[in-house]
Amino acid sequence: MSEQGTRGSRQDASGSEHGSERTVSTEFNIETVEQAAAAPEVEQPWAELGLKENEYQRIREILGRRPTAAELAMYSVMWSEHCSYKSSKVHLRQFGEKVTQEMNKDLMVGIGENAGVTDLGEGWAVTFKIESHNHPSYVEPYQGAATGIGGIVRDIISMGARPVAVMDFLRFGDIDHPDTKRVLPGVVSGIGGYGNSLGLPNIGGEVVFDEVYQQNPLVNALAVGVMRHEDLRLANASGVGNKVVLFGARTGGDGIGGASVLASESFDDAKPSKRPAVQVGDPFSEKVLIECCLELFGNELVEGIQDLGAAGISCATSELASNGEGGMHVELTNVLLRDPTLTPGEILMSESQERMMAVVTPQNVEAFKAVMAKWGVEYSWLGEVTDTGRLIIEWDGETIVDVDPRTVAHDGPVYERPYHRPAWQDQVQADSFRTSEAGQNLPTTAEELGEAVVGLMSSPNMADVSWITDQYDRFVGGNTALSQPDDAGVIRVDEETGLGVGLATDCNGRYAYLDPYTGAQLALAEAYRNVTTSGAVPMAVSDCLNFGSPEDPEIMWQFAEAVRGLADGCQALGIPVTGGNVSLYNQTAGRAIHPTPVVGVMGKFDDVGRRTPSGFQRWADGQAIYLLGTTGDELDGSEFARLRGHLGGRPPAVDLAAEKTLGEILINASRDGMIDAAHDLSEGGLAAALAEMSLRFGVGSRTSIVELCERDGVDPFTALFSESQARALVALPRSEELRFTDMTTARGFPALRLGVVDAESGGIEVAGPFDGGSFGIGLDELKQAWSSVLPSRFDAVQQATEAVRTEQ
Amino acid sequence: MPLWHAGQSLHGVDAVVLPGGFSYGVYLRAGAIARFAPVMETVVKEAGAAASSSPLPVLGICNGFPILTEAQLLPGSMIKNDHLKFLCKDQVLRVENNQTVWTSQFTDNELITVPMKNQDGHYVVSAEELERIEAESRVVFRYVGANPNGSRHGIAGVTNERGNVVGLMPHPEHAVEAGYGPDDAIGMREGTDGLTIFTSVVSSLAGDTT
Repeated sequence: MSEQGTRGSRQDASGSEHGSERTVSTEFNIETVEQAAAAPEVEQPWAELGLKENEYQRIREILGRRPTAAELAMYSVMWSEHCSYKSSKVHLRQFGEKVTQEMNKDLMVGIGENAGVTDLGEGWAVTFKIESHNHPSYVEPYQGAATGIGGIVRDIISMGARPVAVMDFLRFGDIDHPDTKRVLPGVVSGIGGYGNSLGLPNIGGEVVFDEVYQQNPLVNALAVGVMRHEDLRLANASGVGNKVVLFGARTGGDGIGGASVLASESFDDAKPSKRPAVQVGDPFSEKVLIECCLELFGNELVEGIQDLGAAGISCATSELASNGEGGMHVELTNVLLRDPTLTPGEILMSESQERMMAVVTPQNVEAFKAVMAKWGVEYSWLGEVTDTGRLIIEWDGETIVDVDPRTVAHDGPVYERPYHRPAWQDQVQADSFRTSEAGQNLPTTAEELGEAVVGLMSSPNMADVSWITDQYDRFVGGNTALSQPDDAGVIRVDEETGLGVGLATDCNGRYAYLDPYTGAQLALAEAYRNVTTSGAVPMAVSDCLNFGSPEDPEIMWQFAEAVRGLADGCQALGIPVTGGNVSLYNQTAGRAIHPTPVVGVMGKFDDVGRRTPSGFQRWADGQAIYLLGTTGDELDGSEFARLRGHLGGRPPAVDLAAEKTLGEILINASRDGMIDAAHDLSEGGLAAALAEMSLRFGVGSRTSIVELCERDGVDPFTALFSESQARALVALPRSEELRFTDMTTARGFPALRLGVVDAESGGIEVAGPFDGGSFGIGLDELKQAWSSVLPSRFDAVQQATEAVRTEQ
Repeated sequence: MPLWHAGQSLHGVDAVVLPGGFSYGVYLRAGAIARFAPVMETVVKEAGAAASSSPLPVLGICNGFPILTEAQLLPGSMIKNDHLKFLCKDQVLRVENNQTVWTSQFTDNELITVPMKNQDGHYVVSAEELERIEAESRVVFRYVGANPNGSRHGIAGVTNERGNVVGLMPHPEHAVEAGYGPDDAIGMREGTDGLTIFTSVVSSLAGDTT
């Protein structure tokens, strides 16, 4: 541990144990505000920093002069798409507008803070958020994914909460593409390596393979944290004279936005060459930081706190200052560095991980130091809160930044990007599966249907993902009540009462491609359904909106439609969006990903002991299996269509009122102990749900779709593979059948008895109005086909990459 | 009662559990740095006290196991799993020694299911030492079924000569509460086989004081 003193004591090298002292570098020019004002005509590298000319001119207007190199660096990162949401802001407003008081009754902190906070009752609050780390994970899969976990976890800590679980939502290119073999194993071990080390259970997620994600994998991470109400903290710097402190890891040259910023400073060849733009994670430092922060919160030693993520110190200082009294004075040479040659601009932009900034009252300084000493965390005092309304950053006493922090943090450019419905959209929607060539010669006989079920379950997107999830610790903490492969991850919050939360994230990019408005609502509907299937009462939504370039009006239309759909959907379901993340420019060589609006829903359990698992258990032999909901002819965008290489038509219709009723039934049935298993119907339809419920614990079933085909007027193929929404399968003891059907009848919701759990059969038997009368699939055979898909692709390559990493 | 790594005092506790985790990030070798924690000096002294009739019971779980081997309270060492991946699964173990203070309430050769989750669970030990611990019945837990990580002789846990120090890679503390444990014959997450480890030591200690 070492502390670097305030300004002036830097020359006193005796204060440091780790040689953190350094002489002020003269290898680069320190450009002061005075110099910038005196030399207005100097050419500045705004374009290389990613700013547009109008944005650069706007900065000059705001400042009444040209910016210094350091100011330009700050504005460039804070006004970037990633930090300023400049293209998405005008649309995202709907999440705040399309709400009712009723929807926000449990909302303690809404959009705009590090993460939204929801009141869970009994004095508990929960905070959760999803964030993307797509591009870094493509460039360096292990570190990119690892720091994705690290970043989202720090967002949770900075609200005052203890992180309790993570989830991951992954999209990769074609499973057999060589680049998928490079990216996937690294991403998975990065997520595991970081999350496992932090002692956070990974309780679920999603994995999809589709060639549209080739060269544009998606790595979205969700973290959830819990706190007592009184522990809630916000990121603001209040209290004139309070101290600003930076603690955690040292600042290095990793994660500096475009390295082009180096062009803004003169430097020589002695400087380390271009540094990686991907951050490097250190989970041990983060673990120590978590415990250290929680102790700071517990002892009420910090007034405000902000994690350092994107845009590093630029973001932390400007956000803390503008959310508080509006002024801050910082001496930048007090920042502890890993690399003493960093320029002021680089220090301001560095995205080195495992750092936090806090505001501490003078009275608490000694106690703060004691906590740092206990956890062995390095820190340095950077400056203090002022009431000047200015963020002043000095370099060895010379002013290099003098700005209104609001102009950096909140008054960035806002664009009404042009958008229009793509010309190809109508054509794509007209190309329905049924009328396509791919939709001909569909399976009709018992043999063909049985083979189709096995084919479906052994396709990359329906296959067993335990090759991935077995690399994640799902037990640590001792409070995991459900995790992958169940519909939702469930975590107990209060060990006395059993109070807890259920979480699910979903998105089907194929649906969103066919119709982004509906696609976003389908993502919401599925996440909602998953949460209610587990028995939790939905409370809040977080999203991670992954799209291509907003500068393409057709992509912008997809984005606008998806946001509109999601905001309307949340209003219909009565649950608010509490926060989220936008990831744009997910395209390579002009080819964009499918619009992928990932939606996470968080629900509440009064007692997680009531949660419903997704499969038939051995002791449930003879239980009745019911299908809830109605099946229509909805094969467009389906997994079966994907198997035949087809994508066209319109996605399944959304009926949020039906989803809500279905949710109420599932929640009540779980609460009253009526059902012992429940699984939602989504990708792969009834066939997949039946297979998954049997594969979960290796317990078979005997069902018939004769009545289903008759009641809903569909053929056997459609009954099995259609992806109609608002459906679920449940299993319940025969003694509960009457009570259960009374409930569904009272709510006017279709429920049909399909058959029974058959623990002894070791297979799935389905009878129906088709040639042959029934087909049976042995569970051993099915499990073999289903579980060998990922190992056959990734076992060897994982061993090779890990061996290389180990040698390093 | 939590013990702090930087202090030497055991605060009068009757037994010590070194839990799992990634001490010092496992950036060097599992347990290699943690064994130098000041509190470990006292643990080593009290657990290895040759003169004492009742040396301190110590249990090392997962990362706690290599801390005990690094501290030379237990033989052998831990390296990366042979498949090089982190692996989390419900694991069946056979209790081969029910004479230790931590296993006295298991029946002989009892099969138990507890979660296992690690990246460095591959137990290695020299050929002579391996022969010796086998001969002295110091293998406490052995993996049943396929060897999950390449451990020598499928060893999951061992004890010292006096049976007061036990280390194992799987996590008995994750199989102590129905609803949050491994799957077992009764149902999902219902497994509580790990509980016996803790009731064994409590009963041994209770026996000591009476």
